[in-house]
Amino acid sequence: MQPVAPSLRRKPTVMSLLARFAWLPLCFVLVGCHIDMYDQPKYRPNRPSDFFEDGRSMRPPVENTVAMGSFEADSALFTGRLNGELAVDLPMELTADLLERGQTRYEAFCAPCHGLAGDGNGVIAYRGPLQVPTLHNDRLRTVAIGYYFDVITNGINRMYSYAHRIPPEDRWAVAAYVRALQLSQNVDADTLTAEERALLGGP
Amino acid sequence: MSAQIFSRNANAILLVSIAAIVLLIVGIISALIGLYLSPWYTGVGDAIEQPVPFSHKHHVDQLMIDCRYCHSTVERVAHAGIPSTDTCMSCHSQIWTNSPLLQPVRDSYQTGEPVLWNRVYDLPDFVYFNHSVHVAKGIGCASCHGRIDQQHLTAKAQPLYMGWCLGCHRAPEEHIRPRDEVFNMAYEPQMMPIADRLALVQEYQIPVDGRLTHCYTCHR
Ligand code: HEC
Ligand code: HEC
Ligand code: HEC
Ligand code: HEC
Ligand code: HEC
Ligand code: HEC
Repeated sequence: MQPVAPSLRRKPTVMSLLARFAWLPLCFVLVGCHIDMYDQPKYRPNRPSDFFEDGRSMRPPVENTVAMGSFEADSALFTGRLNGELAVDLPMELTADLLERGQTRYEAFCAPCHGLAGDGNGVIAYRGPLQVPTLHNDRLRTVAIGYYFDVITNGINRMYSYAHRIPPEDRWAVAAYVRALQLSQNVDADTLTAEERALLGGP
Repeated sequence: MSAQIFSRNANAILLVSIAAIVLLIVGIISALIGLYLSPWYTGVGDAIEQPVPFSHKHHVDQLMIDCRYCHSTVERVAHAGIPSTDTCMSCHSQIWTNSPLLQPVRDSYQTGEPVLWNRVYDLPDFVYFNHSVHVAKGIGCASCHGRIDQQHLTAKAQPLYMGWCLGCHRAPEEHIRPRDEVFNMAYEPQMMPIADRLALVQEYQIPVDGRLTHCYTCHR
């Protein structure tokens, strides 16, 4: 430290010296802002990759392979077929829970096109030039239930496959719910009880 | 005859400079905090540019497509997932097939190159998050993503700060809703009386013993 000359009027005090350099500690704050842990060199779902040619870190399965436990060639649950024929029975127990699950799936994945009641006038069909067939005709009412599993799994003509979005168990739930829809639209009014008819607002 | 070391107004200068320093520090800190919370820094409400100007308002509000049609894994696994090209094409192979806006989607379908969407919500990599547990315990999409069904271009509704996560983990009863309302964008949790919400917290067996605010819940 230089000796302080008493005659100088504007001599720096210790405090003002400190104040002059008060911004220095802020440099440490700035230096402290590492963000290397925010973006770590690892893959998370949907993250791009510069290693693979198509830029995807989520790899599609190698062609002609399936993941363990996701497929069995001779199980109706995964193929919709038994001995090469479309399965006639649900491969699981039919419960109210299953139908309820089927309803939520149907309303999320099918209703946009097929409509809430399955008559082919969902909001997309209503808006656009898309022609969607009704699910209420005699052929579809009598076809084996495996047919619905098959259509959802493999698509049909203009309708795409929903296999990668709806797991097999849920596809069966949708199939069961479609059956319930068909029943709901094709009941002889005479077979209903008086209470049920009152609910429908009829005589 | 010692010389006077400090001038007469030294005391005043000292006091003023101490006050100034304190004010300066307080000012800088509060300016930094304000900046940290401001939309300018957090990006809340800024629409993110995307390769295709996809509109949730169009598809969710007007066409009433369920979130799961496109974000189909949200109930099953940790990530909600961004729809594949195939998902868009299940409709757009038939409708709006000539729209120039959809050219990148059609290109992607032909070449197999994915459409590169820009992330809107992005947690730091040292935070673990899981969609399925929140959806299964009656936390609606809107509680975290806001009214995305009203957005033409997607923008963040939350800066995703730790304090925000903890706020709900401390008091889930403020945000809980019945499970079948999770995908309902218009539902407000406050519409349900607090007693019923507390009952839901119990019914869904959400731990209220503070386990949800332990560091290892999110930093694992
Ligand atoms: C994007 C609109 C769209 C969605 C969503 C959709 N479908 Fe379809 N579906 C169609 C069209 C279009 C056809 C007619 C295909 C053809 O023959 O060209 C069809 C045909 C069908 C058929 C065959 C009808 C017949 O006459 O044999 C069944 C069964 C069916 N859909 C079930 C479903 C189920 C179940 C779902 C939900 C998992 C679903 N669809 C979702 C558009 C759709
Ligand atoms: C027709 C398909 C479709 C539907 C239906 C849909 N989304 Fe999306 N969503 C997308 C696409 C494509 C993106 C990526 C582009 C973007 O960020 O806008 C996206 C992005 C998002 C993002 C931001 C993701 C990110 O980058 O961090 C959120 C959050 C989201 N969607 C929530 C929802 C919610 C909630 C619903 C239901 C109310 C919904 N989405 C329905 C297609 C869809
Ligand atoms: C369930 C059917 C469906 C799906 C799935 C769907 N869209 Fe659409 N999209 C529509 C319909 C119908 C319209 C036209 C809306 C209208 O009537 O104005 C549309 C309009 C659009 C438009 C505006 C086109 C224009 O020229 O104005 C864009 C962009 C678009 N969609 C992008 C996407 C993307 C990207 C995806 C995939 C994440 C997607 N859509 C998935 C049904 C769908
Ligand atoms: C508890 C809060 C919370 C809820 C509830 C929530 N999300 Fe998210 N969402 C997040 C966070 C946080 C991220 C960012 C995740 C990351 O960066 O890893 C995210 C990311 C996403 C993404 C981007 C892709 C991904 O998986 O990272 C989509 C799409 C999405 N959410 C859709 C939805 C839908 C649809 C729902 C309702 C069923 C929903 N979210 C409910 C907090 C939530
Ligand atoms: C609106 C309320 C809400 C918000 C916001 C929220 N959470 Fe949660 N979170 C919950 C509830 C409710 C549970 C269910 C706890 C249970 O029953 O196990 C949960 C559970 C979790 C779990 C699983 C705990 C376990 O038992 O494995 C993780 C991890 C988690 N949250 C992370 C986050 C992160 C990270 C954020 C912020 C980005 C966040 N949450 C924001 C309500 C919320
Ligand atoms: C509910 C989930 C959750 C819990 C519980 C939680 N955190 Fe966090 N933490 C987060 C999120 C989300 C972030 C990222 C915030 C951001 O993006 O700035 C974070 C960020 C942090 C950071 C900042 C790292 C940095 O460089 O910015 C630290 C430090 C931290 N957490 C420590 C803790 C400690 C200590 C605990 C236990 C007392 C804890 N966290 C509990 C969700 C959580």
